Amino acid sequence: MSEVHPSKQPRQPMPEQPPAERVTNFNEVPLGYTPEQAMAEAARCLQCKNPRCVTGCPVAVDIPGFIGLTKEGQFVEAARKIMETNVLPAVCGRVCPQETQCEILCVLARRGEPVAIGRLERFVADYEREHGPRETVPPVPATGKRVAIVGSGPAGLTCAADLARRGHSVTVFEALHELGGVLVYGIPEFRLPKRILKAEVERLRDLGVDLQTSAVIGKLDTIEELLGPEGFDAVFVATGAGLPKFMDIPGENLLGVYSANEFLTRSNLMRAYEFGKADTPIARGKRVMVIGGGNVAMDAARTAKRLGAERVILAYRRSREEMPARAEEIHHAEEEGIEFHLLTLPVKLVGDEQGRLVGAVLRKMELGEPDESGRRRPLEIPGSDYESPVDVVVVAIGAGANPLIKDTTPGLEVNKWGYIVADKATGATSIPGVYAGGDIVTGSATVIEAMGAGRTAAAAIHLYLTGEAPERDGAS
Amino acid sequence: MSTEHLRQNQIVAKREIAPKTYWYDLYHPKIARKRQAGQFVVIRVHEGGERVPLTLVGSDPDRGTVTLIFQAVGHSTMELARLEVGDALLDMAGPLGRPTHIENHGTACVIGGGYGTAPVLPIAEALRGAGNRLIGIIGARTRGLVILEKELGSLCDRLEVATDDGSYGRKGFVTDALAALIAEGTDIRFVLAVGPTPMMRAVSELTRQYGIPTMVSLNPIMVDGTGMCGGCRVEVDGQTKFACVDGPEFDGHLVNFDLLMKRQGAYRAEERQIAENYEHCRIAGVLDA
Ligand SMILES: Cc1cc2nc3c(=O)[nH]c(=O)nc-3n(C[C@H](O)[C@H](O)[C@H](O)COP(=O)(O)OP(=O)(O)OC[C@H]3O[C@@H](n4cnc5c(N)ncnc54)[C@H](O)[C@@H]3O)c2cc1C
Ligand code: SF4
Ligand code: FES
Repeated sequence: MSEVHPSKQPRQPMPEQPPAERVTNFNEVPLGYTPEQAMAEAARCLQCKNPRCVTGCPVAVDIPGFIGLTKEGQFVEAARKIMETNVLPAVCGRVCPQETQCEILCVLARRGEPVAIGRLERFVADYEREHGPRETVPPVPATGKRVAIVGSGPAGLTCAADLARRGHSVTVFEALHELGGVLVYGIPEFRLPKRILKAEVERLRDLGVDLQTSAVIGKLDTIEELLGPEGFDAVFVATGAGLPKFMDIPGENLLGVYSANEFLTRSNLMRAYEFGKADTPIARGKRVMVIGGGNVAMDAARTAKRLGAERVILAYRRSREEMPARAEEIHHAEEEGIEFHLLTLPVKLVGDEQGRLVGAVLRKMELGEPDESGRRRPLEIPGSDYESPVDVVVVAIGAGANPLIKDTTPGLEVNKWGYIVADKATGATSIPGVYAGGDIVTGSATVIEAMGAGRTAAAAIHLYLTGEAPERDGAS
Repeated sequence: MSTEHLRQNQIVAKREIAPKTYWYDLYHPKIARKRQAGQFVVIRVHEGGERVPLTLVGSDPDRGTVTLIFQAVGHSTMELARLEVGDALLDMAGPLGRPTHIENHGTACVIGGGYGTAPVLPIAEALRGAGNRLIGIIGARTRGLVILEKELGSLCDRLEVATDDGSYGRKGFVTDALAALIAEGTDIRFVLAVGPTPMMRAVSELTRQYGIPTMVSLNPIMVDGTGMCGGCRVEVDGQTKFACVDGPEFDGHLVNFDLLMKRQGAYRAEERQIAENYEHCRIAGVLDA
C-alpha cells in the first residue's frame, strides 16, 4: 500500500480568532475543531498497546480509548470515556498543559508532532455537551457516610464526584458565591467561558452532590465542627493557594495597583469587563504594567488589553527561557501585542497628589550563576534605573496559602509556608478523617494535578470510611 | 414565631430608622448563632451585583435572624433598599473578620458617627457584658439622622448626642463631646469609634494626646472578604494589612487614614456612572411598560 499512515500527516491546526479582532472582545480565542478535523486528527493516533501518553495524565484518562472512538465519529461515547476518570473534560481540554503532561510523552512526539490530545478532548467534550443526551447516573447503593469538601476548585470537585459515585453523601462548601475556584475567579472568559464551566459543575448536581456557596469554613463552621456536631465522617480540604503576594516595594498601595487575584476576580468573577451590565468596577488603564512571567501574568496582561489598554507591558526579572508560563500563552500574549520587558525589576511605584499611580521605576537585571532551582539567578545592574509612565499595575508574582483553615484547625500540620502537610499517596493530614489536596498542599500548580490529588484522596477516604480498597483506576 | 417556612437570606423585618437608613432582619440561623461583635457579612443583592460588606449589628439565635443596618447611598445599597419583607438576598457569606477583642477596661467609651452608630451597637453590648462602665457618644449631622439612641442608651451608663447643626443634643462633633468628658475628669480607659473616616481620624488624634487606647473599624473597598484579593489593604503602623481578615478593627493611633480615604475614593467616577445607568434603565423600563 502506498498510502501514508495518517500519523505521518501534520497535526490539525486549531482555528483561532485573529489577534486584531480578539483583543476587542472577551470571546474564546481558539474556536475548536470541526468534526472532520477531529476525526482526521484522531486517525493519527497509533493506538499504542502500552500508551505512554496515559502515564503523564494525573487522572489516567484512557487516551487511546477516547481517541479511537473519536476517529469513528462516536463523539458522545468518546466524551463519556473521558468522564469515567475526569469530571471536567471541557475545562481540561482548554487549560491543561498537555505539552508537558500527555502530549510530550506521545510516541509521535519523538519524530514529529504528537497527537493533539488536548484539542480532541476539548472537541468531544463540547460535542457531548451540545449534542449528547443527558447522561443518566446509575444509582449506587448509599453507604450512609457523609463527606464534607472544603473548596470547589478542581481538587474539590473531582473528589466530590468520585465519592458521590461510590455512594457517599457529599457536601461541597465554597466561600465565594460561584463554584469552580480559580476556574471561575482567575482564568479569564477568553480562555475558559464560564458557561462551559457551569455545565460541567452541573454534572455534580446530577450525581447528587450538595453544593453550598457563600460558606466560609473556619468562620461558619470549623473543621472540628464539621466532624463533630455537623455529623460528617470525613473532610477533604481543597482551599487552594489564594493568598496574593505583593512585591513589598514603595507605592504598592497606590490607586491603580492590583494583585493579580483582585484584578482577575473583578474582571472574571464579578464580570467587571461587562461593567454597566454588572456593577463591579475595575480600573481601565491606558498604560498597564503586569509584573511576573507565569500563566497568571499572561492572563492579567491579556485581560488588561481587552479592557482597552493602549499599551500593556509585562515586566519579568529573568529572561524568556525562565518564564514559567505555557508556551501557548506566551505566544498568544505576544500576538496580541503585549510588550515583554525581560530582565526588568520594578523597584518603586510612583503616585500623584491624589494617591493615583502614575509611574514605575524599573531596574535592569542580568543573569548570574544558576540558583537552587537550576535557573540562572537574576542580578541587579546598579545605576540602571529608569522611570516609565503607567496608570495600572498588576502584581502577578505568585500566591501563598490562605491561613484561615490552619488558624481555626488545631492540630493540623502545615509546613513553613503554611501549606497543609498531606501524605502524597492518600492525602491524609495529621488529623484522622481530614484529607487535603490541590494547591493548598503543593502550592500553586495545575488544574490537572489538583484533580489528581482530589482523586487520590477520594480513594483514600473511601477506604477510610468503608474499609474497602477502591478498584484500580476509575471510580465508576 | 415559627421559622420553618423561611428561606435562607430572607428578609423577615424591614424598618426605615432614619431617612435612607434601613434596619433589616434576615434569616440565616447559622450566622445568627456564630457571629461575634465586630464581624461582618458580604452580601449580593442580585445577579451581576457587587459584593457588599455590611456589619453584623446583632442577631437573634432563637429566631435564626441577623440584623444589618445600612444607608442607601450608593448604587448597591439602593438596590438593597428596594427589597421588601419576604424577598431574599442572593448571597450572604459570613461571619467574616476578626471579632472585637473584649475585656474589662474599667470605663470605656463607644462613639458612633452617622450610621456608624450601628456597628457600635454589638461592640457596646459585648463591652457591657464584660463589665465595663460604658459611655456612649452618638454624632450626626442633624437630629433626623441620629439613630439607635434608645438601643445604645439602654447599654450605656451615660449617653451623649452631638449634632453638627445643634438641632439635638450638644452642638458640635463627637470629638467635642469626648473632649468635654475628658475635661470633666472622666477616667476613660478605652475608646472605640466607628463612622466616617475623617471622624475616626479626629477621634484618634484627640485620644492620642491623652494616651487613651483607641480602636477604629475600617471600611475600605472589599471584594471577596476572605483574604483572597488584597483589595482591602490598609496601612497600620507602616505595615500593609488586609482589613477583611486582619481587621476590620485596628489601633486608631497607627492607622494611615490619609491612604484609607484615598483608596475609598478609587471608583467614584464608576459609581456615578453605574448609578446614572440604572436611573436611565428604570426610566426606560417605565416608558416601555
Ligand atoms: C489566573 C490563573 C490562571 C491559571 N491557569 C492555569 C492553566 O491554564 N492551566 C492549569 O493547569 N492551571 C492553571 N492555573 C492553576 C490552577 O488554576 C490551580 O492550580 C488549581 O485551580 C488549583 O485547584 P484547587 O482545587 O487546589 O484550588 P482552587 O482552584 O484555588 O480552589 C479553591 C477554592 O476553595 C475556596 N476556599 C478557600 N478557602 C475556603 C474556606 N475556608 N471555606 C470554603 N471555601 C474556601 C476558594 O474560594 C476556591 O474557590 C491558573 C491559576 C491562576 C490563578
Ligand atoms: S502515545 Fe500518542 S499515539 Fe500512542 S496512544 Fe497515546 S496519543 Fe496515541
Ligand atoms: S476583600 Fe479581598 S482580601 Fe480583603
